[in-house]
Amino acid sequence: MKPAPFRYVAAESIERALALKAEHGDDARFLAGGQSLIPAMNFRLAQPAVVLDINPLRELDFVRAAGAGGLRIGALTRNRTLERDALIAQRQPLVREAVPHVAHPQIRNRGTLGGNLAHADPASELPALMLALGARLRAQSARGERWIEARDFFRGVFTTALRADELLAEVELPGLPPRTGTCFMEVARRRGDYAMMGVAAVVTLGEDDRCTHARLAYCNAGATPVSAASAAQALVGSPLGEGQIHDAAAVAQREIDPLGNVHASKAFQRHLAGVLTRRALQTAVDRAKAGG
Amino acid sequence: MTAELHAITTTVNGTRYSRRVESRLLLSDFIRHDLGLTGTRVGCEHGVCGACTILYDGLPARSCLMFAAQANGHEITTVEGLAPERGRLDPLQEAFRAAHGLQCGYCTPGILLTMKAFLAENPSPSEGEVREALSGNLCRCTGYQHIVDAVLLAAARRHGESPA
Repeated sequence: MKPAPFRYVAAESIERALALKAEHGDDARFLAGGQSLIPAMNFRLAQPAVVLDINPLRELDFVRAAGAGGLRIGALTRNRTLERDALIAQRQPLVREAVPHVAHPQIRNRGTLGGNLAHADPASELPALMLALGARLRAQSARGERWIEARDFFRGVFTTALRADELLAEVELPGLPPRTGTCFMEVARRRGDYAMMGVAAVVTLGEDDRCTHARLAYCNAGATPVSAASAAQALVGSPLGEGQIHDAAAVAQREIDPLGNVHASKAFQRHLAGVLTRRALQTAVDRAKAGG
Repeated sequence: MTAELHAITTTVNGTRYSRRVESRLLLSDFIRHDLGLTGTRVGCEHGVCGACTILYDGLPARSCLMFAAQANGHEITTVEGLAPERGRLDPLQEAFRAAHGLQCGYCTPGILLTMKAFLAENPSPSEGEVREALSGNLCRCTGYQHIVDAVLLAAARRHGESPA
């Protein structure tokens, strides 16, 4: 058999799962979609002593409307649902646009939002989306719960702010203001591969068509998902003409810190970031003008 | 060390099976070794190649990225469950035969199950949509052209059309 031996527990309740996690700490891993954890176990890169299967906890699989156009999405929500849910498509079209880039249909049928974020692969699309959309993440443990801002959640490659006894239970996405346009773009070697570079752009326009708010977030641009705050700040107050978009993309290229690999050198990743930022910003602006 | 065993009952191709399985037994190995249903192929065993794709509660999934213990109470369809009866093929399988949609055949079971679910959801796909839906299944023989042809043929036959 490929994985090392472990104790498997199908969770009967969140309380029981949290009690076991508190007892075993880092020796226990939550199993959600398993599309990253099980390959790592098959290679024996991960050898948890205890696997807590949270798939039976259907109460963690939900998409709900929240106030002011917001959304609350349960951690066990599959990528398949993120791709197809009508409320998500309406309130957060950026999610609808990005999720089809996540691996393949078979993987998206199993992989979950919470599992993806807790895995914290900096090349993955969803962590960058959380930064771009200003998400909050709810961590639950036997001690209680706390909300973590997305910008504080991702600490390093495969490393998050979650403590050894905590479960990522839910994600909250604030509503988009009126006249907000969003766009996700990436370049990958093949459909479904990890992106060599990906960008999520969010732009809000005032009545005079000048930018009142912008966010840019990148996947595969560093050890964590990377937010280009200076580039976004430079856009605020500007009429978002070709020149300003070009300048912001140049700032973003310097702000990110891609790691480079055999598929794409750092220089090529920076080049892609420049091209994708310009295209995504222009598309987001066009969409904002068309009414979001 | 005595392995911890879990009693599971799962329905595969309409038949209920009750077995005791070790925690670390992959669903793919359970299907092949414990149930003897060797139509499901094992390729990369880390979720890249798609050869082990099954239908899990009706949706395509990598059986190498699940544990058998998880399948307790769930329904599985493997390639052995596609044909309606002995001696007859599913229309999708017929189309693969007619369009020469396979060469060595190793990737075929995973592709058939992936495309079975895809066509149920999208009965009139474009060639581009078929190619995207196939992106999670590697074939090292065909170059995919005849596989795409076979899927489009199956869709056209379902609508009573001759394919373009």
